[in-house]
Amino acid sequence: MMTRLVLILMLAFAPVTTAFAVEPDEMLDDPVLEARARDVSQQLRCVVCQNQDIDSSNADIARDMRLLVRERIVAGDTNDEVLEFMVARYGNFVLLRPPFNAQTYALWFAPLALVVFAGGFGIAVMVRARRQTAHPDDLSATEDAEFQALLDTDAEDETHT
Amino acid sequence: MKRLLFASPVLITLIFGGFFLWGLDPERDPSAIPSVLISQPAPEFSLPEVAGTGVPGFSRADLVGNAEPVVVNIFASWCVPCRAEHAVLTRLVEEDGVRLFGINYQDEPEDALRWLTELGNPYERIGSDLEGRVALEWGLTGVPETFIVGGDGTVLYKYVGPVVGETAVREFTTALAQARAGGAS
Repeated sequence: MMTRLVLILMLAFAPVTTAFAVEPDEMLDDPVLEARARDVSQQLRCVVCQNQDIDSSNADIARDMRLLVRERIVAGDTNDEVLEFMVARYGNFVLLRPPFNAQTYALWFAPLALVVFAGGFGIAVMVRARRQTAHPDDLSATEDAEFQALLDTDAEDETHT
Repeated sequence: MKRLLFASPVLITLIFGGFFLWGLDPERDPSAIPSVLISQPAPEFSLPEVAGTGVPGFSRADLVGNAEPVVVNIFASWCVPCRAEHAVLTRLVEEDGVRLFGINYQDEPEDALRWLTELGNPYERIGSDLEGRVALEWGLTGVPETFIVGGDGTVLYKYVGPVVGETAVREFTTALAQARAGGAS
């Protein structure tokens, strides 16, 4: 019973690691370059599975793209140059993180714009409500006279009853 | 100000409604990847012939300086839809006189040879892309893919998937007719 519980707990808290799709024969001998290749691969979208990076995808084309990434790195490209190389062939779609440019301003700024718009609107409504309740006794001269007259008639009514 | 306040629910509904309409459009394919190659010069590459076919391979140079557009089809013997597409491409070559080049993608030469012997060879040139490296230059996302390359070597059109079925064939032949008209003017 006890061993079973321990086993269950051990399994429950076992570190979960994602399976690597990178095959040993793809890897570069230089660990530094290989690390860079892994880093770049994780930023590139597999064009078949679409919401997976090529680093973790088992699709054939993802493998080809990984090899291409390594080919470019060995050829002396920087990480950004490798990404540019892929974008030139597959478009911005291939990047998992959309770039910040004129085409994507709407994407990046829309949440901010919505917050500013909604916040501004809310503040305007609140300020207006507060302003209306702040001076409830500000009556014009005529209103004041009318009010006084009402009070007077009330007082008269009371004396009569 | 007040009018704007009262109109805002209507405005918001219209904006969201429009967005939903766009999203629900059955013609829209959210997984379609826009090609960056369109209107760009064809990529730099050079492919050898598929051993045993006797059909020459080709390179970028063969796509430049043609009198009419060339259709470049990426295919493989292991690709099932390619088999269906083969008949369509053969008809285009035989009936419309289309110039068809093929990129044999990640295919063993003997398999490709057997496939071509069995189904016939509509290709004027076939390049063997054994490693699949050149296909990446073309921005391949899956076989088959078919490109129309203008006489000057500019990529004019790309069709992802097999050109099979009435809609696909009509779409493709329309693009081809446009490419031909564009080249003549």
